[in-house]
Amino acid sequence: MSDYKKPIPSITPEMRPFFEAAKRHELVIQRCDGCGTHRFPAREMCPHCLSSKSSWVKASGKGDVFSFNVMHQVYHPGFAGEVPYAVVSVKLAEGAKMTTNLVGVKPHDIRIGMPVEVVFEDITEEITLPKFRPTRESKLT
Amino acid sequence: MSLRSKTAIAGLGITKQGRVYDHNHVGFAIEAIRLALDDAGLTRADLDGVLLNPGLTWADGGMGAFQLQQAMGLHNLQLAHTMNAGGATAGAMIMQAAEAIAAGLATTVACVFSDAPLKPPAPKPDKSSGSAAAYAFGRGLDAAYGQFGVNAMYAMVAQRHMHLYGTTNDHLGAIAVAERQWANKNPQAQFYDTPMTLDDYHRSRWVVEPFHLYDCCLVSNGGLAVIVTSADRARDLKKPPVYLRGMGQGHPGGDPSETLTSGAPLAKQHAFAMADIALDDIDVVELYDCYTFTVLVTLEDYGFCKKGEGGPFVADGKIAPGGSLPLNTGGGQLSSFYMWGMTPVSEGVMQIRGDGGARQIPDAKVALVSGNGGILSTHSTLILANQP
Repeated sequence: MSDYKKPIPSITPEMRPFFEAAKRHELVIQRCDGCGTHRFPAREMCPHCLSSKSSWVKASGKGDVFSFNVMHQVYHPGFAGEVPYAVVSVKLAEGAKMTTNLVGVKPHDIRIGMPVEVVFEDITEEITLPKFRPTRESKLT
Repeated sequence: MSLRSKTAIAGLGITKQGRVYDHNHVGFAIEAIRLALDDAGLTRADLDGVLLNPGLTWADGGMGAFQLQQAMGLHNLQLAHTMNAGGATAGAMIMQAAEAIAAGLATTVACVFSDAPLKPPAPKPDKSSGSAAAYAFGRGLDAAYGQFGVNAMYAMVAQRHMHLYGTTNDHLGAIAVAERQWANKNPQAQFYDTPMTLDDYHRSRWVVEPFHLYDCCLVSNGGLAVIVTSADRARDLKKPPVYLRGMGQGHPGGDPSETLTSGAPLAKQHAFAMADIALDDIDVVELYDCYTFTVLVTLEDYGFCKKGEGGPFVADGKIAPGGSLPLNTGGGQLSSFYMWGMTPVSEGVMQIRGDGGARQIPDAKVALVSGNGGILSTHSTLILANQP
């Protein structure tokens, strides 16, 4: 997929489990072993209880739109063909938030509170990006 | 021991601002301090403290104050730091200077900001040299999804405020228009010659929704410095002292996209108590305005109106020239120049000295000056006054 022109994230050691799961089309996030708080992206320590121990757990894949913006400026040539496009903050059912994109919905049809579910986009041989789409309930409203 | 009015701003230096290429970031800092010293009737030899808030171009900004010291030929400093709390730094630097002076650990401290993110026009049109590029960093995973820069993050917070409270672009536009009207009275403002209507605001291009171009502050090359001394010393110098009657900081932590609240409620506590004032005592308000939205939230957070009511509060024109709550009377960062937290500090100083020219608020005795950094992450409050 050498024609993928958008920034490709590097797999850092602390985020490796996330990218490996995503390649399997599974969404995983960290859960603090000390207090059970879920978080994303990876951190070494829990900002609530300061535990250094955490586990990568499978997330339900469900959440809702916490907020969004609509980007009109081209900051990177890979997005030149897509402006205006929306960047979305999804609050997962588990409480953690992810910065992501929605598929299957136009930027100006996005609403805060819209229920969404995860989908996966294979962008290169090594990297799959989780994205989200409105659930069937969203589509009925 | 109260710090109330133990110290004062005795000098102010503002270089040319905007698309100015006379200096690099270090040169602008030196020029700003030189102008501030002249303004106070002091010389380099009088300085025993330098606090630097480095703008973006000080890329290796960690020990910038010492680079500045070398470049400016300053000797025997007893207070020197490079500080960064984003836009709250100006207030925090001035507070640090006041604490050191009041404690007898320094006598004459320059607090300076400078930056030079704008490049001279290239022979070929090159989008990456424009002002957008300066603040457009993209981090790791966010960049993969097309999230770049500060505008994009603030936009998400503003979107929540609009969703929860019904804030609209007309409300944000009222702030942009009012500040432009103030700028049209300020010969040092980058937009001095350019009026703007609400219609012009709405027609300006989207940067990242819900922000139009005129919801976002300028980008400027330049430097801005103040000289802080003891109140006694300030009374002997060239200009009327601008007393530091109150000061405070507030950095709440947590997630401001959930609270939609800045550090102002926290910073206000010490500042207002030290100054012994209430909102009614404030004659002029200079608020950090990286975005129109930041002003709206800050007004709520100081208690001028309730949380969520900032939109209707500004919509009636009270913050514009002729209104009951003069706000960002030089045009702010939206319409005058963007020297981070030094922009509102400089206008506060000018108003309290009575140097506001065509935009002077008659009998301005007390000014509220805010600084804000990160995404509603850091905050500083200064209460400036013409009497101790």
